[in-house]
Amino acid sequence: MIPAPFEYAAAGSSGEALDLLARYGEDAKLLAGGHSLVPMMKLRLAAPSALVDIGRAADLAGVREDDGELVIGAVTTHAEVAASRLVRSRAPLLAHAAARIGDPQIRHRGTIGGSLAHADPAADLPMALLALDGSVELRSPRGTRVVPGGEFFTGYFETALAPDELLTAVRIPAAAGIAWGYQKFVRRANDWAIVGVAACGGRIALANMGPTPLRATAAERALADGASAAEAAELAADGTEPGEDLHADRDYRRHLARVLTRRALEGQSG
Amino acid sequence: MRVELTVNGTARSDDVEPRLLLVHYLRERCGLRAANVGCDTTSCGACTVLLDGKSVKSCTVLAVQAAGRSVTTAEGLGTPERLHPVQAAFRAEHGLQCGFCTPGMVMAAVGLLSEHPHPAQLTEAEVREGLEGNFCRCTGYHNIVRAVLSAAAQLDGAAS
Repeated sequence: MIPAPFEYAAAGSSGEALDLLARYGEDAKLLAGGHSLVPMMKLRLAAPSALVDIGRAADLAGVREDDGELVIGAVTTHAEVAASRLVRSRAPLLAHAAARIGDPQIRHRGTIGGSLAHADPAADLPMALLALDGSVELRSPRGTRVVPGGEFFTGYFETALAPDELLTAVRIPAAAGIAWGYQKFVRRANDWAIVGVAACGGRIALANMGPTPLRATAAERALADGASAAEAAELAADGTEPGEDLHADRDYRRHLARVLTRRALEGQSG
Repeated sequence: MRVELTVNGTARSDDVEPRLLLVHYLRERCGLRAANVGCDTTSCGACTVLLDGKSVKSCTVLAVQAAGRSVTTAEGLGTPERLHPVQAAFRAEHGLQCGFCTPGMVMAAVGLLSEHPHPAQLTEAEVREGLEGNFCRCTGYHNIVRAVLSAAAQLDGAAS
């Protein structure tokens, strides 16, 4: 399968990427690792007129700490996030989630910014961002803004990113020593979650229980009011409208959300 | 557009369409047919090559994304007379049947072993997990895992 033709330009920095985006207009797409975009282009589900390759933009790579927050450059790969000592000590849930994506080859190429901007509700990192109360840094010619994870995902594969805007970094409040759990239910190795649950510090995030990653707010409130993990987990699917597909119908997804939430709240990670 | 990269140790410069996939570049432009197109959807791993030493699925990398980088295919590992230890172990342990997945499996294994300072310490479970991105429809994986563990022991011995 071969993508439709497109123009290509590599950006050496985030500034150059913004200039190129402005030049190519709104039919252009940013390319980082290309592990969400290239498969879609091969299937002709996406046919951007131009690709701006930020994979080598040095100012978009790497992990650092800034005032109690982890700041992870957009083109940092899943393998780098999973192996980072800083991420493993400050936000172990994120390192675990990154290590559960796809397979080793995919983790060598896929990036944290690319996965979040792709906004697949069944993916690992969008759910992890919500569980960790993280936010994303978005830069455009108009300036930089920081958008909380809960406001970033606006619909099925849709985000708050404007066409001329670039996701430059992910900010995660340090969660060292805070209990966490991670559950991902799949039928085949390497697959996306049929339902996923990430829990950390009283927050519960769900994958594939709606068009965007979600917080299980009813269960979170019950926990805050002193409910046990098992009691709170019974409320995990409240208010959700999960989709149906060949893997699971709506009732089964709700059942999975309750079971996986209990396990995640008990600190199990799978 | 012009793309300059190193393939199996040789510097190359080629004019390519931006949409050319790395696996097609290697097979059709470089004449290197070890990397196979299997599923063509980033699942099966038959197209695995090393990009700057790390295993990647070349059906999901554009040739232009490899510009300035170094690509290694199974042809770049060893020769029939002088096999790479992983290749030799696949032969000794009978780690293949039809052979279609083998070049990708070997490259994934080479990548996996290179990421560990002491590959001999890898457990069978870690090898199985490390090869999660490669499918084999013939062998049932047992001999492949045996081959990788055997190569790991040899490579570790050679390094120390």
